[in-house]
Amino acid sequence: MINFQYLRAGSTEKALALLAKDKNASFIAGGTNLVDLMKKGVSSPDKLIDINKLPLKDISLEEGHIHIGALASNAAVADHALIREKLPLLSMALNKGASAQLRNMATVGGNLMQRTRCGYFYDITMPCNKRKPGSGCGALEGYNRMHAIFGHSENCIAVHPSDMCVALAALDAVVVIGQPNGERRIALSEFHRLPGKTPQLDNNLKANEIILGVEVPLNTYGRHVQYLKVRDRSSYAFALVSVAAALELDGNRIREVRLALGGVAHKPWRLTATEAFLRGREFDPALIREAANRSVAEARAFKHNKFKITLAAESIVQALSEASQQS
Amino acid sequence: MSEKFLFPDDTDRVDGVAKVTGKARYFAEFDLPGLTYAVLVTSSITKGRITQLNTRNAARAPGVLAVVSHLNRPVTAGYESKEGPAMRIFYTDRIFFNGQPVAMVVADTFERATHAASLVEVGYEKEAFNTDFDGSLDQVKKPKNPAQGAYQRGEADAYKQAAVSVEATYTLPVETHNPMELHGILAFWNAADKLTVYAKTQGVKATQGTLARTFGLPAENVQVFSEFVGGGFGMALRTWPLEIGTVMAAKLVGRPVKLVITRDQMFTMVGNRPAAWQKIGLGASRNGRLTGITHHSLAQSSVYEDFMENITGMSKFMYGCENVNTTSGIVPLDLSVPIWMRGPGEATGAFALESAIDELAFKLNMDPLDFRVLNDPETDLEKNKPFSDKNLKEAYKRGAQAIGWKNRVQRPAQLTEGDWQIGYGVSTGVFGAFRRSATVRAVLNADGSLVLQSAASDIGPGTATGMVRIAAGVLGIPASSITFELGDSSLPPAPSQGGSSTLSTVGAAVNDVCLQLLGNLKELAVNAGLKADAPFADILKKNNLPYVEVTKESKGGAEQAKYSMYSFSIHFVQVKVHRRTGVVKVSRIVSVGDAGKIVSPKTAKSQMVGGAVGGMGMALTEEAVLDSRYGRYINNNFGDYHVPVNADVPDIEVIFIDKPDPHINPMGAKGMGEIALTGFSAAVANAVFNATGKRIRSLPITPDKVLQETAGV
Repeated sequence: MINFQYLRAGSTEKALALLAKDKNASFIAGGTNLVDLMKKGVSSPDKLIDINKLPLKDISLEEGHIHIGALASNAAVADHALIREKLPLLSMALNKGASAQLRNMATVGGNLMQRTRCGYFYDITMPCNKRKPGSGCGALEGYNRMHAIFGHSENCIAVHPSDMCVALAALDAVVVIGQPNGERRIALSEFHRLPGKTPQLDNNLKANEIILGVEVPLNTYGRHVQYLKVRDRSSYAFALVSVAAALELDGNRIREVRLALGGVAHKPWRLTATEAFLRGREFDPALIREAANRSVAEARAFKHNKFKITLAAESIVQALSEASQQS
Repeated sequence: MSEKFLFPDDTDRVDGVAKVTGKARYFAEFDLPGLTYAVLVTSSITKGRITQLNTRNAARAPGVLAVVSHLNRPVTAGYESKEGPAMRIFYTDRIFFNGQPVAMVVADTFERATHAASLVEVGYEKEAFNTDFDGSLDQVKKPKNPAQGAYQRGEADAYKQAAVSVEATYTLPVETHNPMELHGILAFWNAADKLTVYAKTQGVKATQGTLARTFGLPAENVQVFSEFVGGGFGMALRTWPLEIGTVMAAKLVGRPVKLVITRDQMFTMVGNRPAAWQKIGLGASRNGRLTGITHHSLAQSSVYEDFMENITGMSKFMYGCENVNTTSGIVPLDLSVPIWMRGPGEATGAFALESAIDELAFKLNMDPLDFRVLNDPETDLEKNKPFSDKNLKEAYKRGAQAIGWKNRVQRPAQLTEGDWQIGYGVSTGVFGAFRRSATVRAVLNADGSLVLQSAASDIGPGTATGMVRIAAGVLGIPASSITFELGDSSLPPAPSQGGSSTLSTVGAAVNDVCLQLLGNLKELAVNAGLKADAPFADILKKNNLPYVEVTKESKGGAEQAKYSMYSFSIHFVQVKVHRRTGVVKVSRIVSVGDAGKIVSPKTAKSQMVGGAVGGMGMALTEEAVLDSRYGRYINNNFGDYHVPVNADVPDIEVIFIDKPDPHINPMGAKGMGEIALTGFSAAVANAVFNATGKRIRSLPITPDKVLQETAGV
């Protein structure tokens, strides 16, 4: 670990001003990912700006949406009465992430910013284009069981590890971003990037910006939602594949539907084409199977993760079936 | 024999309160005046030479006292010898495996040592290497000891002529012990020729011996403390190079030095269960009599030191079969040397043998339980001796009843519960029952309290609790008035805690020393004009004695040559397999232990429960993944190397046959640490087959394997 300066910001303006002063500064909130990255030598900021004192922990019902502050802990969001009632899918996804101890520390903003868990990224003796652009991708010809089947490039096949983001992508969430001279909003599904030729960039947050929170529109899915997470053990494991599914049913007709996959791409993988295919049709097993098959038609796997194509399709069937049966 | 024992009903773990309140001190918690902290610098190449070691920046960093390496290590008597492994810490510039320690930074704080370690620059000359086990099965090294290599009775490969036969290959990945407590040591030279260490060891006498030999000291000049150990599972059965290096560093800086390695280092320098490949052939007559067993095994080892465990052992005696042939070999790789891990050899072999038994029973259309009972031998055909004690038929029956075996359907994939397929599986586990030599000192105080002392170890099973209960049984005094002291090399000698032998060995010595004490007390009573059975405190008072002390060595005798001695276990599991995602959940467990008299029911049950959880990990989740292009582990952390979590583990029912073995030792008690895990993984694999018709022969049974396997029926 390299020595670094530790500063505490009392306001968002101050935090942004401190950030602007140093190219190699980093915000720290829960620290559940950044501290590991620093211990491993993957990340070595000169300056850590602690933002825990910023007033960004609020969870509130606004006009047409729910606002969640960037510093609300994963546990606080998952267990909040408003979230459990209005956004049960988000609550489910959060509670399937990490472990209870981590959820107590990890924040919403940090969850958006968390980096891949690819083993080659964390071992600084290995090649990794995300950590060290131009050094190659260790996973491409290496151990890639946990890696992407959608949207990857020859430069990077890593996946985004979040569960929360998969639910937020399905729920059409918007990320609220603070800038030195104001705010901007970006759809969550546009927040994270595909690796392309710049795998070192996980997302579209600019160097002088801060996440203030997320806004999740109120919806009509009620209880017809499911977050299915398939993993190697029942808790404290990253998804092999996860599915966020939300349905608005009119009798048996699918009036509205949202689907997103986790553990399959460099970002939450929203299935808009499948949604369009399902919208307006009668819910039936053959249709769901057809939708699942269409969802994975474009998937491309590697040596150890071919199973993910089958697993993703099966998980979509399972999640939609369970969502339709929730009451 | 055991009739004389009057065990108290049950005893709580005697050190339980100390453990849960933090009063129990583990090696890393000791603080000595002037304590310094060590951090290792490890090799980033797999094979070759160190060409450059630039320690200047590290040595100048704040708080740094020394950077120890092969360039400046102190003169070490044991290193002058030609004997011993080629890989010794800070010995030469040779690199034998990736992650090998190449330097150790000692500083006044852990953080400063960590920082300075990052400043050490190492240059290497790389050489071609091989860490690919699966790709090297043709590069077999025959064991030095031919007895380990091959075995045959009757005809070889008789299964090929059998009416009904199976032949299959089974594989296991590298598993790491990774106890919660990280490895390390705290070392301090009291004088130029006197060394004290606080260690994490399964044998204080073994550690004392290794350190004494390495540093050229009389054994009594090396004091080893290791009262509490936070899990070992076998990895603390030897003194690792990193411990030697820390003792060197303490000599160099002239202050106490503490090293606690990191979690990722736990994957590379303190051993592992070796990856293994096995091929089994089994044959039977149409009425279900086994006519041939063939078992070949290959396991990973290191190029600089051979490690070989007894993988084919169970195949030689478990079943009544006239024709058995086995071979064993090792595949040396450029990796650190493996070491025994819970159920060493037998747990690996049992996965293959007990899966194959299930496969053959299925082919015979027999209940696998009936098949095992039919082939349960009366005598050990390998050693040609009677078993000292075996109650397998009763164990099968009681376990079957508890799990509800009658609900199992012979034809696979018949039972469902929503989207889950239900299956039942069974497997047998076994491990040798041993009694070695140990010495115990007993000190009876004037107030009637008793202190027992022996240099035994406790890596978690509850050694002291068992010993206290044995003493209470012999002397007829309350367990609460007895203390058992262990984990100190200056106490009377006892063997290391390994191979499930502590209770049998040290327990027998406790029994014997207490009997002698009882005899002495009777004599004192009668001489003083008291009744022979007068209260102990009265006897001491009347004789005006502050205490009575007896020390006695105890070991087994001729019975060990006359009988074949084993502990047995039967594991029954019910699993649920998700029909779409391939996720396997173990929904019920019944483990039956046939290990002689159960001395301490509570701690014995804990052993079986812990073994079942370890078995679940072996069966479903544990795999240390190596990228053989680099020779490095990819998932070297607890987030990615999956041991079962609480949410995975169902209630575990434990049944003990609890009948004394009439021959092994005075208590009739046998070891249980290994059998608690041995065989468990096969029970899960067999249950997965029963649930789905899919036979998974490669551990761990992860959802991808279940999804990709096609049902065989």
